[in-house]
Amino acid sequence: MTGAPAKGGFSKIGGDSLNLSGFLQHLVNAVSLGGIYALIAIGYTMVYGILRLINFAHGDVFTYGIYFAFYGVVLFLMPWWIAFVFSIFLTAFLGAFIERIAYRPLRNAPRISALITAIGVSFFLQNFAVVVFGGRAKSFNPQTGIYPTSFLNMINIGNVRIPILTFITIGIVFVALILLMWIVYRTKIGMAMRAISKDIPTTRLMGVNADRVISFTFMLGSGLAAIGGILWAMKYPQVYPYTGMIPGLKAFIAAVVGGIGSIQGAMVGGFILGISEIMIVAFVPSLAGYRDAFAYAILLFVLLVKPTGILGVEVSEKV
Amino acid sequence: MRKFYVAIATVLAFVVVLASEISEVKIGAGWEMTGPIAGFGQMSWDGVKLAMKLRPTVRIGNKDVPVKVVLLDNKGDKAEAANVVKRLIDVEKVVTILGPCTSSCALAAGAIAEQKQVPMVTNTATNPLVTQNRRFIFRACFIDPMQGELLAKFAWEQLGSRNVAIMVDVAQDYVVGLANYFKRKFAQLGGKFFEEYYNTGDQDFTAQLTDALSKKPDTIFLPGYYSEIALICKQARELGFKGNFLAGDGADAPELIQIGGKFVEGLYYTTYFHQDADLSPATKPFVEAYIKEYNRRPDAFGALAFDAYNLVLDAIERAQSIDPVAIRDALAATKDFQGVGGSITYPEGSGDPVKPAVINTVKNGQFILMTVVRP
Repeated sequence: MTGAPAKGGFSKIGGDSLNLSGFLQHLVNAVSLGGIYALIAIGYTMVYGILRLINFAHGDVFTYGIYFAFYGVVLFLMPWWIAFVFSIFLTAFLGAFIERIAYRPLRNAPRISALITAIGVSFFLQNFAVVVFGGRAKSFNPQTGIYPTSFLNMINIGNVRIPILTFITIGIVFVALILLMWIVYRTKIGMAMRAISKDIPTTRLMGVNADRVISFTFMLGSGLAAIGGILWAMKYPQVYPYTGMIPGLKAFIAAVVGGIGSIQGAMVGGFILGISEIMIVAFVPSLAGYRDAFAYAILLFVLLVKPTGILGVEVSEKV
Repeated sequence: MRKFYVAIATVLAFVVVLASEISEVKIGAGWEMTGPIAGFGQMSWDGVKLAMKLRPTVRIGNKDVPVKVVLLDNKGDKAEAANVVKRLIDVEKVVTILGPCTSSCALAAGAIAEQKQVPMVTNTATNPLVTQNRRFIFRACFIDPMQGELLAKFAWEQLGSRNVAIMVDVAQDYVVGLANYFKRKFAQLGGKFFEEYYNTGDQDFTAQLTDALSKKPDTIFLPGYYSEIALICKQARELGFKGNFLAGDGADAPELIQIGGKFVEGLYYTTYFHQDADLSPATKPFVEAYIKEYNRRPDAFGALAFDAYNLVLDAIERAQSIDPVAIRDALAATKDFQGVGGSITYPEGSGDPVKPAVINTVKNGQFILMTVVRP
């Protein structure tokens, strides 16, 4: 082939964008991606923390959060902020409902049964969405009037462009973190959650309604998934039945990296995953097509080297 | 002696086929009905539904035999596309297959159809490998070497592009192929280019775009599919890119504008069809029928699926048989078929017709026709 393909190729490490402003731009991109991973990962980690169940349907609950917000505006003509709050609550109830019909009957079954059920619920939710909402992608673009276009404004600092959405995402992540820490360590229901994570039958003997506490945990996790979903859809303005699959998997990886079961860990894991995904592209642009593979490689590495994750606690007898 | 027996058997088989009343012609369809590129399959299926309504029967002998189309969803997945074709042939016993839209799916599906000797007509799979060394695979569209050259010339001459960033989806044969044909021609013209990579289903392209924009391209070439194109355009504009966007037929879905909104304004792309392009005498009646049926503007994928359906029915009528091999021979002999997207003639030993292309642009949230390029 004649001609002059520009630079690039496997031999070259470091993209042309690696000057100071380029690096800062990459960092902004990374943090805004990682923040959403963190929000979803927190839901994974809370459910795991209390039930030792990896809720693979979490990514699909995330998808439904977007659909609820979308239809709240488009079909029920709600103002955007009511639709978003409505979606968060509806998704929270969806999470509790899934727990009620799919996981509660398996409370005393082997853990693997619940895990397989979670995968089944995930498939069901995806295909149900295909039937009800249709296979074609719906637009979550503010021009269709779903939410004000000002959410997509950018702030320029030097040559670095920061979306307003990134500030909102990070703000929500920290508020959610503080709120959850308060609930888990300072309230009665939080105490019950911690007790249940140690031993369900004994907690029951103490007069705690374990099922209600577990439902509450699912609601919290699912509500956060809805928030993550709405932020995701504002950033990548489309929703289709499989939207949540990849973000869900990534959040799962983030939760494991941070130490599954630990809320702070999930947040740290989310940011680590976001940053490493962006930085691999920044440093070796020719590998960008294999970004997902890189995320899975991180998962394998953590499982081999420190299976409990960065902030996880060593526990015996867990699978 | 053996030849004699074969001849007798063939004649007998013929007699049996003719004698046993053909009560129905079953055609299979395997399209991307769900998944990230569901728009392609849905548009194609709408085209076929209209074609079925206008031409519900096929004339074999002196009888109008009803046509039935069995639709299965391949989810835009290569493995599923192969499974769908297997199922259509083994379980549904179809005599010909329509679809799939994308080259990767058509390559996987075509391997099975070829092996089972059932003809397959894809409406829009443009990668040359889809029909290469395959006797049973045909298409209703042009191929990527022609499209890539056209795009490179358009970029060089009309857009004045000199330094192009190419966004390549490493998992799609169509994207890798089209990018290569573009590069070959663009380098010949003297242009500079570089590539950035992503994978099907990626939604975040900020890292690739930050890297690309640091090399100051005047044009971003997007040989991928509409959902990724819309997201890339949005993220590129947000990162401050002010140049042109250029794409291939993968951009051609209403979702591009719905999802991309103002960010895809001014995008140029090549495709097979536009309702305002006078491609053949059949174009206008089709556009009218389509608008009457669906109350919206027809699209390229539906138009070529419409053509694929009629192409197959014509072949069955010429073959006067529903034997897949006979249909294949009739398809291969297609000459001057007046499709809504231009006339189709298959050159000797090839399933690739030579067809016109159109160049469209996005303006005020509409696909607007710019030019028709005839071969």
